[in-house]
Amino acid sequence: MDMQKFRENAWNGLWKQNTGLAQLLGLCPILAISTSMVNAVSLGLATVLVMAMVNLAVASLRNFIPYEIRIPIFVLIIAALVTMVDLAFNAWLHGLYLVLGIFIPLITTNCIVLARVEAYAAKNDALSSTVDGLMMGLGLVWVLALLGGIRELAGSGTLFSGIDMIVPGLSAIQLFGDDYPGFLIAILPPGAFFALGVLIAAFNWINQRAAARHRAHPQPAAEAPAAG
Amino acid sequence: MIARYTAARTSLRTALIMLVFTLLFTAAMAFTYGLTRPAIEASELAEKMRLINEVLPPGSYDNALLEDVLRLGPTPELGLAQGGALYRARKAGEPAALVLEAEAPDGYAGRIKLVLAVTADGRVSGVRVTSHKETPGLGDYIDPKKDRNKERPWITQFTGAGHDRVDAAAWKVRRDGGVFDAPTGATISARAVTNATGRALGWALARRDALFAAAPGSTLDTGKE
Repeated sequence: MDMQKFRENAWNGLWKQNTGLAQLLGLCPILAISTSMVNAVSLGLATVLVMAMVNLAVASLRNFIPYEIRIPIFVLIIAALVTMVDLAFNAWLHGLYLVLGIFIPLITTNCIVLARVEAYAAKNDALSSTVDGLMMGLGLVWVLALLGGIRELAGSGTLFSGIDMIVPGLSAIQLFGDDYPGFLIAILPPGAFFALGVLIAAFNWINQRAAARHRAHPQPAAEAPAAG
Repeated sequence: MIARYTAARTSLRTALIMLVFTLLFTAAMAFTYGLTRPAIEASELAEKMRLINEVLPPGSYDNALLEDVLRLGPTPELGLAQGGALYRARKAGEPAALVLEAEAPDGYAGRIKLVLAVTADGRVSGVRVTSHKETPGLGDYIDPKKDRNKERPWITQFTGAGHDRVDAAAWKVRRDGGVFDAPTGATISARAVTNATGRALGWALARRDALFAAAPGSTLDTGKE
């Protein structure tokens, strides 16, 4: 896999086809778990792990998977690998497992996982599929981190609450002081829609501005991914 | 060659491939299960002990608490529709405390699960909420981790309370004419926890000696009493 392809995968996953902002796939966990930054990033990292593993497994086995029954086999592979990640979380990150609860098994039904397997891993080699899974997942992680951070900060005035479940000894940052009354709607489900809407608007605005600048000062096509 | 790819042949072939994949990934899952089993059991036990240590000081008993267990059938007084477990703490063989599960059916958003310890002299040694769906930022102060009052979380006011200090009739939130505080504007959560704690305490006191005397591991049929 050459550098050019790696950069293309990274650019697609992290920005251009970002799962949370552009493809709008897998919104259920995004909206449900982004009540705090630690929760959001943890579920995001679990999803990255699953996507990389699933893409690697499917790309390696793609020559043995008959086209007609590829979807059941993909779902089987995804479900098995998610179960393994779920067991690993339960065993070694128990505190976090209790918080994420049902959302780890639900990664199975996150359509972004199946979407990347079908759209990418089924047609590409193992290495670039793994990179694609990683990058698509990381694109989700930064959106989740931002969304969780905004909601946590507005809702309860803290950042990184619950970090002690991952790194014992660390504690949350109280940004607005103890008497911050909390902006409840940010933590409730509607707050997730509002915050995500604002993020998507910002994403589109940045893209449009980059496109306008690109029209004003046309550059050679090969350098396009560097913009924005 | 074409004739070999009949419908029957194709379906048999795909079914076999599906079977191979299923076996392969089931084996992988079974392997992971075996690998993680000891760690999962250890962390579940640690989690249980951590919770019990919050309601009962670890120094107040010296027996293997989790092994001195009674199974409860459905117990309406404790709000346990499916039954639950009760652990008995003893010090030097003498009864020290009962650790029991209880549920408040009337939280603002569904049931509130509690664990509490009642000492042998009839006082609540601590109450903790193990699961609830109360409104974040409003009713979730019943969980001391979410309580803004870090020095004296709301739920700690039950610690040390017993019927010698608080009359059974006064075991209510202040708004209902009782003695326990409840934050303004979110009384329902406090009322649910307070009443469930009071009911559980009354239940445990009424049959304290029988609970300590029952054989470890036995099932107490509490529904027909």
